[in-house]
Amino acid sequence: MTLIAQDADAALEGVTDGATVLVGGFGTAGQPVELIDALIRTGARDLTVVSNNAGNGDHGLAALLAAGQVRKMVCSFPRQSDSWVFDELYRAGKIALEVVPQGNLAERIRAAGAGIGAFFSPTGVGTPLAEGKETRRIDGRDYVLEYPIRGDLALVKAHVADTRGNLVYRKTARNFGPVMATAATTTVVQVDRVVEAGEIDPEVVVTPGIFVDRVVVSAVTTVLPEQGAAG
Amino acid sequence: MSTTTVEHVDRGPLSRTELARQIADDIPAGSYVNLGIGQPTTVADHLPAERDVILHTENGMLGMGRAARAEEVDPDLVNAGKIPVTETPGASYFHHADSFAMMRGGHLDVCVLGAFQVSASGDLANWHTGEPDAIPAVGGAMDLAIGAKDVFVMMTLFDKQGRAKLVPSCTYPLTGVGCVSRVYTDVATFDLTPDGVVVTATFGTTVEELRSRVDVPLQVR
Repeated sequence: MTLIAQDADAALEGVTDGATVLVGGFGTAGQPVELIDALIRTGARDLTVVSNNAGNGDHGLAALLAAGQVRKMVCSFPRQSDSWVFDELYRAGKIALEVVPQGNLAERIRAAGAGIGAFFSPTGVGTPLAEGKETRRIDGRDYVLEYPIRGDLALVKAHVADTRGNLVYRKTARNFGPVMATAATTTVVQVDRVVEAGEIDPEVVVTPGIFVDRVVVSAVTTVLPEQGAAG
Repeated sequence: MSTTTVEHVDRGPLSRTELARQIADDIPAGSYVNLGIGQPTTVADHLPAERDVILHTENGMLGMGRAARAEEVDPDLVNAGKIPVTETPGASYFHHADSFAMMRGGHLDVCVLGAFQVSASGDLANWHTGEPDAIPAVGGAMDLAIGAKDVFVMMTLFDKQGRAKLVPSCTYPLTGVGCVSRVYTDVATFDLTPDGVVVTATFGTTVEELRSRVDVPLQVR
């Protein structure tokens, strides 16, 4: 059952050192900043963070990195114009990095959530990112073996949740949220608001509540005025 | 597309705008297209609405519109370069696994990417300079390279040192193997075919001149 948590701190109870944390977002779109701030407050260390980027500016994921709580980043695109926090840690040898092609990253997370043991992907074949990995020719095409990425914890930002944990997202802020929500032992979701069960049309639910463990309502709403209800 | 090689010697190289327009002109009506970050994005400016080209952005949208104006900026609506954009009627949103299934699954018609180097056999190098202190960052480049039915490269033919970027074999780390079908540059366009590299047009130069500067056998038709 999904728990509607009192606040972000309550939602993150039980996080341990050394955890693997899946963090949604593409840049700042869909980045669950309030949950990340709560993760910083837990003081959990030695984390492996899986996210598309490695932080922007000084807030959210960048603040978690700056706090020295992350041992390793698994991401597709760490280097950006505003990724100075990561860049400095990396150049100082204070953080490990695994670069994964974006589609393989999404699919490896999806595989974990779907109970797939491993899969053959055509992405990366013949490139440095496939070095040391098993390859196989199937029907005349080459593929590289990729393994699932499972999280102890997933932090996701969605738009609206109902009391059953069903989620809808907003525009391109959806990005990694739906796959990450399926792939962690505990999935915590930050939303703009929670509605009663039945208020989200079942036909438009993107993430069914079975994948959601805890929901917390954002203290800060960034949603634009013209945005409709649970659509 | 012309069926015989055309040498435009009465003019200079293509400007960036002309290059973008030329690529846009070669994108078939009704195509699903992904335009890579940076210069390829400008191809969108030359796609007329009646062409009905549907733009894909790998962060989870089909039917992407133009860049957002100040009053339209929505932090939840960005393109792959994290620039605020707009949606067009009939747009759709989806998560990353679906978005990359569209590429890997062969559903995308055309992708336009920048490049450091392209080899005669269509290998693409566009994600890493190979410098030891560079922080590697690949994003969706490898997925795009092998995913679209046609991969068009948009680049200058020569780098700042005057070295050709169309090469016998890439020296930069690869993004994808044998994936590029066409190369659009400021001074010439090339079709990469199983039989070799065919020059389809030149701009401000001749095929003979290109042959003296590019270390790849160049055919004409």
